[in-house]
Amino acid sequence: MMVPLLEVKDLYVQFSVFEGELKVLNGVNLKINEGEKIGLVGEAGCGKTTTMKSILRVLPTPVARISKGEIIYKGKNILNMKPSEIQNIRRGEITAIFQDPLTSLNPVFTIGQQLGDVIKYASRYQDHLDKKEIFSKSVAALKETGMPDPERILNNYPVQLSGGMRQRVCISEALSTNHNLIIADEPTTSLDVTIQDQILRLLSKLVEKKKMSIILITHSLGVVRELTDRVYVMYAGNIVETAQTTTLFSNPLHPYTRGLMNAIPRLTGERIFEGIEGRIPNYLYPPTGCRFHPRCKYSTKECQEIFPLMYDTGNNHEVACFLYKEELN
Amino acid sequence: MTNRNSFINIFSKTKRRRSFSRGWYNFSRNPLSVVGMIILLLIIFAAIFAPYITPFPEHAGAFTNFREASKPPSSTYIFGTDSIGRDIFTRVIFGYRFSLILSIVVLALSIPPGVIFGLIAGYYQGTWIEIIIMRITDVFIAVPPFVLALAVAAMLSPNLFNQMMAISFVWWTWYCRLVYTMTTSLCHEDFVTEAKLVGASKTHILFREILPNCMGPILTKMTLDMGLVIIVGSSLSFIGLGVQPPKSDLGTMIAEGARRLPSEWWAAVFPAIAIIVVILAFNLLGDGLKDVFNIEEV
Amino acid sequence: MKDEILTIKNVKKFFTTPQGVVRAVDGVSLSVKKGETFGLIGESGSGKSTLAYVVAGIYIPTQGSIYFNKQDIGKGYRKRSKYLKKEIRIIFQDPGSSLNPRRNIKQIIELPVKVHNTFKNNHKNQRVEELLEMVELPINYLYKYPQELGGGEKQMVAIARAIATEPSLVILDEPTSALDVSIQAKIIKILMDLQRRNNLTYLFITHDLSLMRNIASRVAIMYLGKVCEVANTSEFFKKPLHPYTQMLLSSIPVLTKEEELLKPQKIVPVGEIPSPVNVPPGCSFHFRCSKKMDICSQKDPEMVEISKTHIVRCHLYKKID
Repeated sequence: MMVPLLEVKDLYVQFSVFEGELKVLNGVNLKINEGEKIGLVGEAGCGKTTTMKSILRVLPTPVARISKGEIIYKGKNILNMKPSEIQNIRRGEITAIFQDPLTSLNPVFTIGQQLGDVIKYASRYQDHLDKKEIFSKSVAALKETGMPDPERILNNYPVQLSGGMRQRVCISEALSTNHNLIIADEPTTSLDVTIQDQILRLLSKLVEKKKMSIILITHSLGVVRELTDRVYVMYAGNIVETAQTTTLFSNPLHPYTRGLMNAIPRLTGERIFEGIEGRIPNYLYPPTGCRFHPRCKYSTKECQEIFPLMYDTGNNHEVACFLYKEELN
Repeated sequence: MTNRNSFINIFSKTKRRRSFSRGWYNFSRNPLSVVGMIILLLIIFAAIFAPYITPFPEHAGAFTNFREASKPPSSTYIFGTDSIGRDIFTRVIFGYRFSLILSIVVLALSIPPGVIFGLIAGYYQGTWIEIIIMRITDVFIAVPPFVLALAVAAMLSPNLFNQMMAISFVWWTWYCRLVYTMTTSLCHEDFVTEAKLVGASKTHILFREILPNCMGPILTKMTLDMGLVIIVGSSLSFIGLGVQPPKSDLGTMIAEGARRLPSEWWAAVFPAIAIIVVILAFNLLGDGLKDVFNIEEV
Repeated sequence: MKDEILTIKNVKKFFTTPQGVVRAVDGVSLSVKKGETFGLIGESGSGKSTLAYVVAGIYIPTQGSIYFNKQDIGKGYRKRSKYLKKEIRIIFQDPGSSLNPRRNIKQIIELPVKVHNTFKNNHKNQRVEELLEMVELPINYLYKYPQELGGGEKQMVAIARAIATEPSLVILDEPTSALDVSIQAKIIKILMDLQRRNNLTYLFITHDLSLMRNIASRVAIMYLGKVCEVANTSEFFKKPLHPYTQMLLSSIPVLTKEEELLKPQKIVPVGEIPSPVNVPPGCSFHFRCSKKMDICSQKDPEMVEISKTHIVRCHLYKKID
């Protein structure tokens, strides 16, 4: 079997607040292979962004605490690395695209300065560049993202660009430096659909061209379906289901995944869509057993007491639900 | 029906208690503000029960005992005595009475008009009402408050009441500005728009919708201002425009003691320290309140 | 045209900014029928929210007129009678901002009941509880404050407050776009139930086409302050005519193959919505349009009636009639 590029093993993260400990991540497992595009789907507050921040080691300390688990990148545990090693990982190996391109770009520097810095620091890790090379690389990076008139854009400030343009700049920052893995946290959520479509196409094309891997974090199942090879569905700090994208969409197994799919209004308009009763649990006192059981139609006594493991139903389709325990044996 | 209502009441009470304890948690995270609060409680307690806890309550007013005059601090007179033999410790505690009464009355007189004018000016943003109110406050704010209070106090006869009037006359503008700024931004919130659209009265919108959202900053500024008002009041007393001797006001005491510096240093230094302590305590408390109400800048 | 509850005639709303005049709504004519859900779709910057605010009376239109049951309401909310304030209500996008954080749920829902005094004093509490039940919230929420509620529950409170006056027209300004999908479904279900029970008319503003497919009876699509296409929902999605509608439809991420088939295939979205300060001459969509002709950059097209229920504003369809 192939050695995965990045593997998150049994990750637990807690936040201490006035009321006590918020047990946000509750044993997250995920794997990404070289050149793979995976999606991490879940609703607001399910721990998607916390997972991302744990991988990049940017959780707010001392409020957040990783109490258990490993994050193995190319055979090394990121959680045990020294700050300088992590810095190198961030400069040359793993990069990120954030939801709001307005806050992830510094408003007082021009696009050229910011993009130039990214290219400069990444190159210090690989090979040295002079100013001219940085400029030509910046222009090339912007051109790649389909930006019209890149030379002019380099002299602009972020506020002078529209949301879609800013997100293109963020993508070119992330892609200009030959990183191996991109973590994109809701890269298109703040954009309109026509622009979202353009950005997703672009991201998909560039990632394939550069043979990068990408973790796409989003709440939109539709976006995941368009872009990824494999999907991880997350609920309340757990991965509840994972499968190849096509498998998952043709045959969702976990009650939560099914509920989520039923909740989305369809363009065909024939199906009545219905939501999932209740809301995401309070992380102070998360439900025992399966964290989804208070909202689940099929909940049994077993679900209330025991935390379900991932059951492989074949075809690389794993689901954390007792409904599929029998099927196995 | 009654059963259900009582259940609801109990429910809301526990909620309130929880929000109080959360506030206390935020407040007590900053140990200095707890220290400030304890000092203040001690001062207030001492000021209220001054006649019972001070060693020589009769020294607070006109009293002379030349045999004991100008004594340095000792076990009998822990802060020493002044030029006519009165215990300075006793007079400092009684002085706190005037300072606290002064600041409470001044704020009680200046906050309500300040808040009301601020609300009105903020609500009628862009109209002549706003222009008139805000330009008047601008004029007040442009002149240093002490100088203005000095001018007003000089016109009136010097006593505690007129001193209060003079300070209140300048103080309301700060609350007007604070509430005005908050109101202008709150007016753009959807809940205010909603109240307007449904046809709620202006008094409802101003006092029920907007004002409760201004209370945090107002309370915090009030705490910080208590100290400031004491400074201004003492300064007026210091130059003879406030509380008149033989009453024991801190500012008057410093003025008297200053004439005897440096040999009889205690007569001026202890009242001065007393002022510093009370102002410091109010400021520490105010900082703590900022954390409770999550206010960036007042 | 008897059953028209809301008629918008050539409404324009311009804002003057330091950058120039923003033509947020630039000549919109629409009519909403009694009891229907009228979907107003557009991207950000299309002017759909501005139009909603004009109807609600928050903005006074620069030009044009609005009629509610033949009464002129185009003068802003201040000039509206108490009756109109009771009949026309709005639900905002962000329940975090539309509920006062310092007032509890009871006080929030009570306000419209009190102002319009439709119920006697002793029935007021009962009415508030009844409203809470209508939006399926437990009765012990009465003394909670908004920050103790989840986003969906807050929006339910906002809905309860809106229907408290028994209105006939409710403007919904993206009521679910700040919420999760699993909660959205429940909100929509309650809205639809309320509509059936109280005979409400909804003017539903949104950017979500799939949602409109499921709940709207008629749909209008806006681009840069102008309406591009108005049609019955089924017609609109089966046979979209305007190139912009086609582009929007083709860019929606969907879940199934059947939905994929509904999307116009050949259109790849390009470009972005330009700033409404300098609207391009001619058809405002022309330089993103895949079917651009010479006339498009010169002359602004007019509304063309394809059928009784389908109107489109595009030069492509001039020849038909």
